[in-house]
Amino acid sequence: MKVRLEGLSKSFPGVRAVDQVSLEYESGKLYALVGENGAGKSTLMKLLYGMLPPDEGRILIDGAPVSLGSPQDAIALGIGMVHQHFMLVDTLSAAENVVLGAEPLKGGLIDRDAARRAVRENAERFHLDLDPDAPMESLSVGEAQRVEILKVLYRGAELLIFDEPTGVLTPQESRFLFEILRRFTGEGKTVILITHKLDEVLELADEVDVMRRGRYVGRVSGSEASAEGLARMMVGREVLFRVEKGHARPGDVLLELEGIGLDAAPARRALEDVSFSIRRGEIFGVAGVEGNGQREIASLVTGMLAPDRGRLLFAGEVRPKLDPKGARRLGIAHVPEDRQRTGLVLDMDLGENLILGQEEDPALGSRGLLWPSRVQDLAARRIEGFDLRASDPRQSARELSGGNQQKLILARELARNPALLVASQPTRGVDVGAIESIHRLLIEKRDAGMAVLLFSSELSELLALCDRIGVLYRGRMAAVLDAAGCDEEELGLWITGAKEAGHVS
Amino acid sequence: MSPRKILSAFWQALWPPLSALALTFALGSAIIAAIGENPLSVFALIFREGLTSADGFARVLNDATPLVFTGLSVAYAFRAGYFNIGGEGQLYMGAFAAMLVATALPGLPRVLALPLALLAAALGGAVWGAVPGYLRARFGVHEVINTIMMNFLAVGITGYLVVHHMKERGQMIPHTPLIPEAYRLEGFGRSGWGQAIGLDSANPLGPSLVLALLAVAAVWFLFRRTVEGYRLRTLGLSPAAARYAGMSTRALTVRAMAVSGALAGLVGVHEVLLYRHRFLDNFSSGLGFLGIAVALMGRNHPLGVLLAALLFGFLNTGALEIDIFTEVPRELVMVMQAMVILFVVAASELASRRAKRRRKEEAA
Repeated sequence: MKVRLEGLSKSFPGVRAVDQVSLEYESGKLYALVGENGAGKSTLMKLLYGMLPPDEGRILIDGAPVSLGSPQDAIALGIGMVHQHFMLVDTLSAAENVVLGAEPLKGGLIDRDAARRAVRENAERFHLDLDPDAPMESLSVGEAQRVEILKVLYRGAELLIFDEPTGVLTPQESRFLFEILRRFTGEGKTVILITHKLDEVLELADEVDVMRRGRYVGRVSGSEASAEGLARMMVGREVLFRVEKGHARPGDVLLELEGIGLDAAPARRALEDVSFSIRRGEIFGVAGVEGNGQREIASLVTGMLAPDRGRLLFAGEVRPKLDPKGARRLGIAHVPEDRQRTGLVLDMDLGENLILGQEEDPALGSRGLLWPSRVQDLAARRIEGFDLRASDPRQSARELSGGNQQKLILARELARNPALLVASQPTRGVDVGAIESIHRLLIEKRDAGMAVLLFSSELSELLALCDRIGVLYRGRMAAVLDAAGCDEEELGLWITGAKEAGHVS
Repeated sequence: MSPRKILSAFWQALWPPLSALALTFALGSAIIAAIGENPLSVFALIFREGLTSADGFARVLNDATPLVFTGLSVAYAFRAGYFNIGGEGQLYMGAFAAMLVATALPGLPRVLALPLALLAAALGGAVWGAVPGYLRARFGVHEVINTIMMNFLAVGITGYLVVHHMKERGQMIPHTPLIPEAYRLEGFGRSGWGQAIGLDSANPLGPSLVLALLAVAAVWFLFRRTVEGYRLRTLGLSPAAARYAGMSTRALTVRAMAVSGALAGLVGVHEVLLYRHRFLDNFSSGLGFLGIAVALMGRNHPLGVLLAALLFGFLNTGALEIDIFTEVPRELVMVMQAMVILFVVAASELASRRAKRRRKEEAA
């Protein structure tokens, strides 16, 4: 199957999401489609999958123009899409979910055996490793995704579109998925992978298509592509992957955790005997597979949780009853992991978001009053100071891209020159250009004497930014390493517990 | 913000209630036609009194006044993320407290008596709102359940006390004796200027309307210009963000429900100090619940509440007219009020889905 897109365009009020894009896909190949958030990748694929009608241009399959008025039309022509967010029914079995909407019938009833057979056939052919009778709710995220894939296969797809498929998967599940994708192309199917993870692209793709601001930038063959080159095409300028930083000049100890323990319900220890300290002018990273206690430590230091055992010292004093307000008063700023629900109020405007937690600032009004004009002034200054791409302080935070949302939070949290910044996954889901500027900002603040407690699931990020790295494994601080003498491989062994204390050379 | 954006924001806020209204009148017309009357003339009748004479319009305003209080009450809690459906109980407690103060301190001079009674009405409602607020903040018990329960308690307690202990001697009607003169508010119809603009001396409209307008302005100011209002809106839009920002969300919750209750309690000023000059058992007949409809219709905005209360005032006043002059029963108005609520809820849901879909498309 040969698919051609000719001069496709699609506009939404105020944006040209896809602008004159022409592309060609051949069978048996894996194509990656990359670009920053808002570059038009998903919109382009929605045009191909019939979810949106194009304003201009046409789509040809094997040389014949087709009209895709709905996903049903696309499916009938052999085009399938696996969405980022699954559309599955929890109470049905895997097989029932697969055939839902296209059930094999026998005498007016659903032919369950035929359904199961069809599912098993595809599952075996592509080594999808899935029990057709398993109830949906018992499946892991990776398995649920395989059900989505089977749904697409069951409807006879020859071209499969995957929208950010690894965003929800663990590294092991991602590996497994990559093998499946390889088998698809081996059988002559076409795979299009929408992603912004360049390492995946470099590993998998035969051809890489790059989009920027709705326009098609070009195609690079996978074997010739490099992360730097792709990033340049995506952003439109040179992007530094290595963070330039000088030596840290750490000052006095600012934060100390001593033998901290925290019990999670019921009878499970979330944290056990965790001790470490951070100095002013130092970036201390915490590495670990998600769920090993990172969230708890961030909550303790920012006063959202109280420890069951142990002591927390800040600036030399024990702080037994720290709450979020108290933590802010001490100069502890927080970039939370869940930026959309915790760090921002999406339906408030930028000005209101920029004063969150600082609403009592006397510059904004006295005696409990809050003057909107002063809030907007402050917002305008901060928007400019932090190079936020926002046209108007009155627009809502929801309208910003992920990277700009994160910059908004950083602008607010850093505005008061905090002594300590607790940053959880500050660059997750943020596009390449914004990652670069966030990294630079953190180093800058470190050099100005701020202490940073950084949580990140990207080992390369920790190694690039941190001065010291603590490894969390099952709620314990398994090791504290000097970042300079450490590499990803070693850190990887530590976080998976392969290098328990005592086994260290 | 650009003028186009402001206009579109206005349209976003206004189309659900307006389309609900249009649908309601369309369906109402069908019902009237089925009964065998001319819909246009029936609707004309509903609005005639209110629109053609000062006295009629004053009656509409009078019917709207308690709904402004209960509508604001619901909107206030709703903005903070809570659904206070205890307005009915809160307004009984407010009215009862105002009556109690008047009964207990009959000798006070007017300058002290009126503010004190007003405060008592607010406080009575506030306590009845704060209790479910506290239970929600401290133990996580859902406020919908508790405010309903508090409604039954309020009706039961006030009813028992009035019927068995405080009833006016020698009366069959379960109401208390008249409150002392110093506590009484008089209708505008009794004043020289009222009569000059054509109000009947029995017209019930009075100073509680001014209080209601002040309440609208105060709530608007609080939400738009104060730290408290900012915090309430944050709590309502994202409780996690409120906690993260260091707000004491428990205290905020209790305060939100208390103020919401106080607003409902102010109905007591209208009912006891102005309208009846006494406490009548079971006087409300659902003012608290209509407040939910008013808040929905007004999209939880103080000005919207005012407009919605006015509309409901027109309908209530007009109900009497169609009862007298047509074959259509006055219950039609209740049916129409119910339809408005249903349609507004449906239209608001549609609006938010459309907004979500548009956001998705723009994000894509």
